[in-house]
Amino acid sequence: MTLTADTPPTADRPASPYADLTPPLTAVQALAEANRCLFCYDAACVRACPTGIDIPAFIRSIATGNLKGAARTILSENIMGGTCGRVCPTETLCEQACVRNTAEERPVAIGRLQRHATDRLLATAAAHPFARADSTGKRVAVVGAGPAGLSCAHRLAMMGHAVTVFEAKPKAGGLNEYGLAPYKMADDFAQREVAFILGIGGITVEHGRRLGADLSLEELCAGHDAVFLGVGLGGNNRLNIPGEERAGVEDATAFIERVRQATPEAPPAVGRRVVVIGGGNTAVDAAIQAKRLGAEEVTLAYRRGRAQMGATAWEQELAQTNGVTLRTFAAPVAIGDEGVTFERTRLEEGRLVGTGETLTIAADQVLKAVGQMLARKSLAGLEIAGGKIAVDAEYRTALAGVFAGGDCVATGEDLTVQSVQDGKLAALAIHRHLSA
Amino acid sequence: MADLRSTLAGIRSPNPFWLASAPPTDKLTNVVRAFKAGWGGVVWKTLGEDPPVVNVSSRYGAHLDNERRLIGLNNIELISDRPLEVNLQEIVQVKRDWPDRALVVSLMARIEEEAWAGLIRKVEATGADGIELNLGCPHGMCERGMGSATGQVPELVEQVTRWAKAATRMPVIVKLTPNITNILWSAEAAKRGGADAVSLINTVNSIVAVDLDAMAPTPVVDGKGSHGGYCGPAVKPIALNMVAEIARNPETRGLPISGIGGVTTWRDAAEFLALGATNVQVCTAAMTFGFKIVEDMIDGLSNWMDEKGYEGLDQLSGRAVRNVVNWNDLNMNFSTKAVIDPALCIDCGRCHIVCEDTSHQAIRIDPGAGREGHRLFTVIDAECVGCNLCSHVCPVPDCITMRPEENGLPYVTWPEDARNPLRASPSPVPAAAE
Repeated sequence: MTLTADTPPTADRPASPYADLTPPLTAVQALAEANRCLFCYDAACVRACPTGIDIPAFIRSIATGNLKGAARTILSENIMGGTCGRVCPTETLCEQACVRNTAEERPVAIGRLQRHATDRLLATAAAHPFARADSTGKRVAVVGAGPAGLSCAHRLAMMGHAVTVFEAKPKAGGLNEYGLAPYKMADDFAQREVAFILGIGGITVEHGRRLGADLSLEELCAGHDAVFLGVGLGGNNRLNIPGEERAGVEDATAFIERVRQATPEAPPAVGRRVVVIGGGNTAVDAAIQAKRLGAEEVTLAYRRGRAQMGATAWEQELAQTNGVTLRTFAAPVAIGDEGVTFERTRLEEGRLVGTGETLTIAADQVLKAVGQMLARKSLAGLEIAGGKIAVDAEYRTALAGVFAGGDCVATGEDLTVQSVQDGKLAALAIHRHLSA
Repeated sequence: MADLRSTLAGIRSPNPFWLASAPPTDKLTNVVRAFKAGWGGVVWKTLGEDPPVVNVSSRYGAHLDNERRLIGLNNIELISDRPLEVNLQEIVQVKRDWPDRALVVSLMARIEEEAWAGLIRKVEATGADGIELNLGCPHGMCERGMGSATGQVPELVEQVTRWAKAATRMPVIVKLTPNITNILWSAEAAKRGGADAVSLINTVNSIVAVDLDAMAPTPVVDGKGSHGGYCGPAVKPIALNMVAEIARNPETRGLPISGIGGVTTWRDAAEFLALGATNVQVCTAAMTFGFKIVEDMIDGLSNWMDEKGYEGLDQLSGRAVRNVVNWNDLNMNFSTKAVIDPALCIDCGRCHIVCEDTSHQAIRIDPGAGREGHRLFTVIDAECVGCNLCSHVCPVPDCITMRPEENGLPYVTWPEDARNPLRASPSPVPAAAE
């Protein structure tokens, strides 16, 4: 069943815009779903998971009632298994590879099962499930307490290193805390997950420390045996059209951050007619969340077609079933009193061309979601390639002893799960570097 | 439409589906509900001499699969705990109201002729169609010298059967316990005693599960548990074998058999019938799903018989018996190989890993060579011994099939086989078999 914002509220699932859009599985649902797993050999889902979680093994543990073991299997490869179970585009990763698709066109709900197992562990575990190795005496600086930084810090701490995480914002978690719509990351899960990760010990987080402000790479290198940069993509692309500076026009990431940081009792006001410009997951997050916050009409406008959208087909459908209108082949040209004016476009041999025809969509709030970019200012001395920090196969940057991972490097898609994998692999690389 | 009317030892019923002597046939209310649902007959829950037994609280334990489907049930319930007279009056009424259905009464008594004869005379007066001797309960009653304590001793089986036959003109069905070393000993004893039919199997002695918190067998009665009688789908294979053994044994051949043990679907029933049963008795399936399941049992069996051209149960009953042989009568020259259909394969790899880990390393993987870039799984004929394991673990019906090889070799049994060092007499062996 696809649950939508219009699904009647129940005692367990109030109609709050801050509630889960996809609720957790009940124990009965989880058992039924776990039993659909065929326990494949060298399973396709594992190969499709950027973090390589042994999916058949953890699902079998759920089926046998060994939830603790299931969670440990997940977390041993992906310490943010809880967030990934909620936000991974499983429809293009593990669940796309599930062999149940072939026969039944319905994969095992791997993401929801992963959440089932990890939620239980986080809610009940008396102690952190992983122990630290003996202290190595080495000190590592991690810049950015997002998925890459925390994943790296956790793995380094596990291997006995002392880690200091420097984070500009008042809370750790990165996009998990500030950048994902609450319908995916309901309640305080991001912070509970951070607390869980830090529970391994050996990790200190210093908030309000920003690279380029009160922190420099030179200082970090001087004071630590290695440095990991998990700084993400701090800047937003601009539309560069007239009216972009008007009141009511905002980056979608900033909007989501405001929504996330407000309390459910006092959510931010949204426009009556909201236009979201962009075709990626951030655009879908913002559009659905605006609708859930009470916007009457929400239009997601994208300059190319649905096949070219960054958001998966599943997310596009989710937007539609939640009352968002998708408007494709519309490139924004101006924002004015009437709303957003678009030029109709078409693809000619893969190239986007304007038709000269325009349309205007009325809007009192405009959210821009046309991609993010690396904030380069503070990264002097590093090699940048294709808008990302260049790293080699060992996650080494051009600066000796400085490693990088997550959205700020180009290892894969800009997904939480890829960042967690980067952080984990970079930690292993740093460990090799420090042990050499 | 196939004729499903069935006659067991002269007892007629409109279809071969009876409810076995068990909780579902404990009283009029249940039995009438069963007849309304369409069951062809019932064996009334075992009656004994007054005063009635007293049952404990908490009586059933379950063997569930991962999906909480009940594949086995065990019970520690004793025989009917209601006064004999109440049961007898209800039997009179049910038989009067449902004359076309079979109503057999199960009995259990001390090993004294008068105890059995007294009970039997009372049952005969009800108009019931026959009696079934409960010589099988493996819990509780056996501690009082009854049930399986009787059924496990062939001489006692024969003796009690003889007493029963002497006491009545009603057909006597002897219910056999599987808790023995060789079912033929008790079956032959029943026949010697004059049994009109045997029914089997009674429940298998078991501890169905252990409550790991209480550290006691289930069902747990105030912190303790006891062994109980196991039934349900999981015991069907045991029952099928015992039925077949009796059906093909020269001493018992022709003795009517009522097949019992895990019958859940029409297909299960057809299997029992094929192995020589005249009808079947059902308990666990009804206790799992309610009486309505008999509708598909009747309908499914009838449709299948129509498809196969069987006009009546007589044409079906015993049809597979001649193909049940000893291992020594199997053809040593037969060879079959697994064949994997790549068009149906969903790429789970289970056939490969079970063969690789636990069998003959006979399934090769070619990455990317299958449909849509999946793995291609191929049987290595030279390694495949035709064990069937891959076809059993494959989740897709008909994806892995077994294809007999046409090797042109004659039927050669092990006693005749040249490879048998204890071969009694040399027989001609074709060169190809060497």
